[in-house]
Amino acid sequence: MSYFSDIINGTKTLLTGMRITGKYFFVNLFTRKDVITRQYPDNIDTLKMFDRYRGEVIMLHNENNEHKCDACTLCEKACPNGSIEVIGDKKINPETGKNVRFLVKHIYHLEMCTMCGLCIEACPQNAIAWGQNYHNTAYDRSKLTKVLNKPGSKIVPGLKG
Amino acid sequence: MEEYLTDQLKTQEYFLNMGPQHPATHGVLRLLLKLDGEIIRNVDMDLGYIHRSIEKMCERDTYKQIIHLTDRLDYLSSHINNEAVCLLVEKALNIEVTDRIKVIRTMMDELTRISSHVLWWGVMGMDIGALTTFMYGFREREMINDIFEETCGARLTMNYNVIGGLRYDLHENFVKRVKDFIKHFKKKLPEYDKLLSNNVIFRKRLEGIGYISKEDAVAYGLNGPTARGSGVSCDIRKIHPYSAYDRVDFEEITFPEGDSYARYKVRIQEMHQSLSILEQLVDKIPEGEYKVKTKAVIKLPEGDYLQRVESARGDFGVYVKSDGQKFPYRVKFRSPGFANLTALNKMSEGLKIADLVAILSTIDIVVPDIDR
Repeated sequence: MSYFSDIINGTKTLLTGMRITGKYFFVNLFTRKDVITRQYPDNIDTLKMFDRYRGEVIMLHNENNEHKCDACTLCEKACPNGSIEVIGDKKINPETGKNVRFLVKHIYHLEMCTMCGLCIEACPQNAIAWGQNYHNTAYDRSKLTKVLNKPGSKIVPGLKG
Repeated sequence: MEEYLTDQLKTQEYFLNMGPQHPATHGVLRLLLKLDGEIIRNVDMDLGYIHRSIEKMCERDTYKQIIHLTDRLDYLSSHINNEAVCLLVEKALNIEVTDRIKVIRTMMDELTRISSHVLWWGVMGMDIGALTTFMYGFREREMINDIFEETCGARLTMNYNVIGGLRYDLHENFVKRVKDFIKHFKKKLPEYDKLLSNNVIFRKRLEGIGYISKEDAVAYGLNGPTARGSGVSCDIRKIHPYSAYDRVDFEEITFPEGDSYARYKVRIQEMHQSLSILEQLVDKIPEGEYKVKTKAVIKLPEGDYLQRVESARGDFGVYVKSDGQKFPYRVKFRSPGFANLTALNKMSEGLKIADLVAILSTIDIVVPDIDR
């Protein structure tokens, strides 16, 4: 007797499960109400990351191609795995006559970065911030090493340097 | 003649490698199976394929820098791991965090637990052979991932807890999104039962399989849902409440059966409990600071420190020995997965390979957590 009740019970539970999958299949086939998958390369224009998304570290530049970094190297010291190299130099400011440092190159190794955000937290000038870029694939490792300060950029006048 | 034949045709035990690259081992785990036909006689684990020496790396990092490494242990409960390190340092330095921080941390923990269990549920079905569940599990997980991404900035390695609080304040959409999720998930959870829990084939694969008694569970040091499936009461949230767990009302789920299906039921019921914790807290997030001011260079006083939290897989512990410097002298992570995996041999004794896959799935291992 349990043989037949097993069969009935088994068919019943199978049909309960199939009713759920069947419901989703037919409802989504005609209305596409619950479809949550998105075709990735096709939706590249509409795909927008959240504002806080940690894609990569960028250096903020204003419209005059000026940044706020004075090469204090606090971000370099805060980084747990050496993803940031700050190369600075010193020159004499003609107005004040003081020897001040300025930024030559802010090298960022995206290939090593773990997006922990300690550099951005450490920056006293808020010179660096998170960028929302997520297209980080490359065929060559060296392509991911970036120089964050744009060519010809200077420090915002008024700040140190 | 008969004697001659039985002598010639005697069966022989043989070894079979399962993994390191095997979809059912959930990562790079190598199992050495000693088999008699299809019956398992012994299971040996070969670990270390993704050992990254995270504990050693912690010794060269400051306490602030350790946190991002704990994301990479049990990546499915990264938020809870972050919290463990933060709680340890806060306890050592007597930093009192505000109620807002405590409540937000608790909510994030429960969201993490749900997202981890939902993924486990999907993969569990897939291991048994029901591919649909994977998609349904990820549907819910996607909603939680969006919540995390909007507030924390990342989907998997959140890195949201910092020493003395949180990295950012909650996003303005957080409460609305969590409420939407609760509403959505409440409707979908009964569907899980209909689809998988009550399915005859599924139950036949799990009931009575992978039995481990309460005594053995304690002897092997099992923890988390795996131990609670054997009737061991071991919820750190109840034993040593941290963050806001002392002010929420929830049950510790235990089932006495000790088989795979009991472990399955524990996790399903835990999702209900997590949902109820979220419901209790979502309207009562207190106002206040999201970050307490701490010193720029954090140095722990000399001594030993231990902090235990209940991660999605069980009792996650951080042990730090400090010699008063800004780097810890020694860091040890007590991972739940490692203890749970040791019982695999006991659970799979005399069963078949297909059962081993089901058992491995109900233990719910994450290999980076085991190897570290």
